[in-house]
Amino acid sequence: MSNISAIIMPRWGLTMEEGTVTGWLVSVGASIQSGDDIVDVESSKLSGTVEAPATGILRRQTVPEGQSVPTGTLLGVITDQSTTESEIDEFVQSFKVVVPEQTDDDAALAREIDVDGHKFSYLRMGDAPKKVLLIHGFGGDASSWGYVQQSLSLQYDTIALDLLGHGGSSKSVPDGSLAGQSGNVAAFISALELNNVHIVGHSMGAGIALALAFSRPDLVSSLTLLAPVSLGGEINADYLKSFIKAEKRRDLEAVLRQLFYDGSAVNRALVDDVIKYKRLDGVTEALQTILSSFAPEGDQRDIWRDRLGELKVPVTIVWGKNDQIVPSSHADGLESVANVILIENVGHMPQVERPDQVIAAAKETIERAK
Amino acid sequence: MPKKSMRTAINEAMRLEMRRDPTVILLGEDVAGGRGGTAELEDAVGGVLGVTKGLYREFGPERVIDTPITESAIMGAAAGAAVTGLRPIAELMFVDFMGVCFDQIFNQAAKFRYMFGGKAKTPLVVRAMSGAGLRAGAQHSQSLHSIFTHIPGLKVVVPSDPYDAKGLLIQAIRDDDPVIFLEHKAMYDLEGEVPDGAYTIPFGEANILREGDDVTIVALARMVHVSMEAAKKLQENGIKATVIDPRTTSPLDEQTILESVENTGRLVVVDEANPRCSFATDIAALVADKAFNHLRAPIQLVTAPHTPVPFAPNLEDAYIPNTTQVIAAVLKVMQHDRNRAA
Repeated sequence: MSNISAIIMPRWGLTMEEGTVTGWLVSVGASIQSGDDIVDVESSKLSGTVEAPATGILRRQTVPEGQSVPTGTLLGVITDQSTTESEIDEFVQSFKVVVPEQTDDDAALAREIDVDGHKFSYLRMGDAPKKVLLIHGFGGDASSWGYVQQSLSLQYDTIALDLLGHGGSSKSVPDGSLAGQSGNVAAFISALELNNVHIVGHSMGAGIALALAFSRPDLVSSLTLLAPVSLGGEINADYLKSFIKAEKRRDLEAVLRQLFYDGSAVNRALVDDVIKYKRLDGVTEALQTILSSFAPEGDQRDIWRDRLGELKVPVTIVWGKNDQIVPSSHADGLESVANVILIENVGHMPQVERPDQVIAAAKETIERAK
Repeated sequence: MPKKSMRTAINEAMRLEMRRDPTVILLGEDVAGGRGGTAELEDAVGGVLGVTKGLYREFGPERVIDTPITESAIMGAAAGAAVTGLRPIAELMFVDFMGVCFDQIFNQAAKFRYMFGGKAKTPLVVRAMSGAGLRAGAQHSQSLHSIFTHIPGLKVVVPSDPYDAKGLLIQAIRDDDPVIFLEHKAMYDLEGEVPDGAYTIPFGEANILREGDDVTIVALARMVHVSMEAAKKLQENGIKATVIDPRTTSPLDEQTILESVENTGRLVVVDEANPRCSFATDIAALVADKAFNHLRAPIQLVTAPHTPVPFAPNLEDAYIPNTTQVIAAVLKVMQHDRNRAA
């Protein structure tokens, strides 16, 4: 039984405990290519499509449409032609949930550390020599990595931090520029004694990662940059301003829809999480501080596309072609200095819209590093 | 995120605001002491149900003031303090005692801004316990949110869980108008996730607890939980309910309720208060007025009967709207539709 691949219920976000199969897109017996959309899944926060992990034939649908199951549960089986029914039966029966146990208390993974008088909140998962630092974007937090961190933690020691002004970290932001924030991240890396890290950064977090790689090359082993800032001037300043301004859920929902290719991916629970963050004392001021130093006139202040060539570490840029916040055209012409991956039908949130591709890109980049 | 009780959430809201703003004071019956006055003040129990525990020790007698049992004096002092620059939180223990000080609330606090041509601010919060279920008798068990909602110039907050209670109370303390904040006494031990720091929830934004296309259930305070239980059981029978908690009855988030009814075509309002001239009739009137053409069945109201809250435990239990009644009301609006179609 060499070629059996499991399709599992993904975990999109730390709070996702179960998902519902809303529709099988492929019938049993059909031939599929790795990466094909095969099953639609819905959590309380997001709906999305699971892609085939391998090329072969869909032999089983172990969870019917309409049923809800815990994350990590076997949804179906892909094999080659030669695999027998009894081999598949044995595989299904012996299948164990592949992601960490459902009884894991995610709250127990959330930690805090005091760095120069600032409280940093972070999630740490996995036990391995290679360390991966995940840096979220403007208005995000550590939990936004969700499934990406879960998956990377099977292979690496992963640390997702809340930047200052975000999530559970202190809400005062001493310097909102990319360089200023990278200084805080450098202090965080030192405080945790991480020595050097592979960084996966999203949007503003990718810009902070670049700033860090320029100022402290000793700390950075590789860069996986998702929809990064600082590679061009243009940015959707209206989005940033209306994100700060939205006080009511109704307004925020309309704003958040711009993040995704398919705006219907934004549902009530996701909006609730973001609005709860935005209502914390100090958040509005923190976001304004950041915005005014990083895009003071509506365009990005720091543009470093000409400096990418200076970097001695592997760099991968992942971008959704339908990004409405930072245009993916900023990656044009960077193929000589970075591995550029553009994804169809994805907006500004590739880590949520196509987590599998982000995970694959991050692993490839990390393994390419010396 | 840490789990906290409603009692702790409300206590934290007051503590954080008193730390942040020295003009915030607390006054009322037994806000420092309590339980018959046997406790030493330094070890104050903090109210009959311990909601203000620890505040006296931290902020002292200048800012945490035990008053005589004179509601008119408490409310008069608080309204006066508010117009002269403080941000008082006045606690009246049971909302049932408000009758003694309606003049201070209705004619003074609620009218200052209007009568002084917008030049006066009245940043006053009135906290009180509300609701039945604690065997406290007819004069200590009423749900009177409708009465305050009727008065222009008052804002009325009726939280249903610890997260909302903390954010809405901080919002109430920072608000420049008088706010009536009603705490259901049977929910103080209810636990939920509450951030440690301060945060605010704006008034006039309903919370949608679950979404379904078949029926809209609007409920307040403890009835939110009764409605959610009913919605869960209905889901097992294939009926999908939206449950909306307006959180504040004044201002009221009409838009969320109307949009939901426009989608479902069916409305059930669940309220622990007496039914006449009430929150339930107000929501029914709103929908009949502004979404009549979307209705597929007559509106159903699930409320207490129009009687005092009984003292006999079995009668008190029968008085409070329950899950079975909510389910019956939903089935009735669903059935109406089918009968008509047939």
